[in-house]
Amino acid sequence: MWARALEEITAPSDGEGTEMLAKLVAGLIVGFARFITAVRGKWEGIEPVDGQRVYFANHASHGDFVLIWTVLPPRLRQRTRPVAGADYWLKGQLRTFIGRDVFNAVLIDRNRENRKDDPIALMTAALDGGASLIVFPEGTRNTGEMPLLPFKSGLYHLGKARPDVDLVPVWIDNLNRVMPKGEIVPIPLICTVTFGAPIRVGETQAKEEFIARAEAALLALSPKTAVP
Amino acid sequence: MTAPHPHLLTLLAGLAAILVAASAIGYVLQWRLSPDGSNTVIENLNDRIRAWWVMVVLMGLALIGGRTGVTLLFAFCSFAALREFVTLTNTRRADHWALAAAFFIVLPAQYYLIWIGWYGLYSIFIPVYAFLLLPILAVLAGDTTRFLERTAKVQWGLMICVFCLSHVPALLNLKIPGYEGRNALLIVFLVLVVQSSDVFQYVWGKLFGKRKVAPAISPSKTVEGLAGGVLSATVLGAFLWWITPFNVWQAALMALAINVMGFFGGLVMSAIKRDRGVKDWGDLIEGHGGMLDRLDSVVFAAPVFFHLTRFWWT
Repeated sequence: MWARALEEITAPSDGEGTEMLAKLVAGLIVGFARFITAVRGKWEGIEPVDGQRVYFANHASHGDFVLIWTVLPPRLRQRTRPVAGADYWLKGQLRTFIGRDVFNAVLIDRNRENRKDDPIALMTAALDGGASLIVFPEGTRNTGEMPLLPFKSGLYHLGKARPDVDLVPVWIDNLNRVMPKGEIVPIPLICTVTFGAPIRVGETQAKEEFIARAEAALLALSPKTAVP
Repeated sequence: MTAPHPHLLTLLAGLAAILVAASAIGYVLQWRLSPDGSNTVIENLNDRIRAWWVMVVLMGLALIGGRTGVTLLFAFCSFAALREFVTLTNTRRADHWALAAAFFIVLPAQYYLIWIGWYGLYSIFIPVYAFLLLPILAVLAGDTTRFLERTAKVQWGLMICVFCLSHVPALLNLKIPGYEGRNALLIVFLVLVVQSSDVFQYVWGKLFGKRKVAPAISPSKTVEGLAGGVLSATVLGAFLWWITPFNVWQAALMALAINVMGFFGGLVMSAIKRDRGVKDWGDLIEGHGGMLDRLDSVVFAAPVFFHLTRFWWT
């Protein structure tokens, strides 16, 4: 019965009811994230002020963009959209509701061979619509021992396509310990989200060079590389 | 819920008056010496005073809310403290279920036992049952790397953050002849004495501190601060005898015991922070650091105060 009721209220519609429910769920998710992680944003190279940005972060858990979202001031949060895999977020009505209505995610097709929409085109369209973006250039969740997986080239192409937008490195620390892959009960641990100084793609910069620079900018924010 | 004892309201009003005075002094200091917010000592002082307001208001509301309010408040403090503690330990993937049990089963169960007042179980629940249950959960995950170290750390965290701290609300369970209905004042006595000791040590240390007590562990603790702080807080405890079941000299001795335990609690918790290479446990409370930074002395004093009172007065 509950599942049925849930399906009814989360069924696709553009009504005001859905919007209010989405806001309520967003508030609950942010509250839950704070309860479990006491997350705090550290602004160490840029301030939380208006301005269009692409936040690029390390990716170790499904909760990653929730944490970034939680530490953004509400005004910025409303205009910040995560970029996520359509294959995951369009599976089932609840996920679709959360992915599309609550987070307003830019859903991209990660399957290179037979995708119809070019992810970069979708992202630039979202930027042109006035949104800021959250991207995970590693492309997939990092569950190994490496601090960072090699970046995919999307960030470079995005930065090249919209050279006036700041690319902000964001290090999410500890969340992989809160909820390791495959576990369903989160462990309360303090997480931090560190925002570093923005970078841009230089006019003559080669792809490899830029990617190495972006990776280094992100890694430099990790407390584990700073403190032994 | 019974009406709060008039002594409790008097004390809360007194505290509010002290905080009004402290806020006024902080405001004048800032206005005269640090109008642009550049003097970090004054900024930190004002942060601390603001945090004291929040803590006193929360504590006051909880005490007025009675047994349920106090139990809930300290359950939350334990939760935040354990969250800080576990963050600083090197747990592994295999500890997941042991940690989940610590947070979501052991912690609520301990406070539930306190709430229903089952002394026989809450005084052994974590030292015996959690002590045996958690390594069982950990061993089932099949990872032997640093097994003893990991198990010991989870248990230590539970003892400090949950077991010891839960002895503050447990004070409500003591049945002291002739003191019925006033047990909340024992909590006020403990918390006031131990926290004022921290404040007095800070003030004496800032004013007269020269010789360091334990330079390897806590560079800010001085002999002058320690002696002045402990003595002042002991005198304060003696002055508070009228809210306790103790007479004047008993109240002074109790306060002294609380202060000595509190001082060493701060020292022990500092040693852990040093070892882990951090200055604070967290940043939950502006100007103070984390929950454990504020509660380290309470944690060590609470069980001793509880048992001393229980042994001689019930």
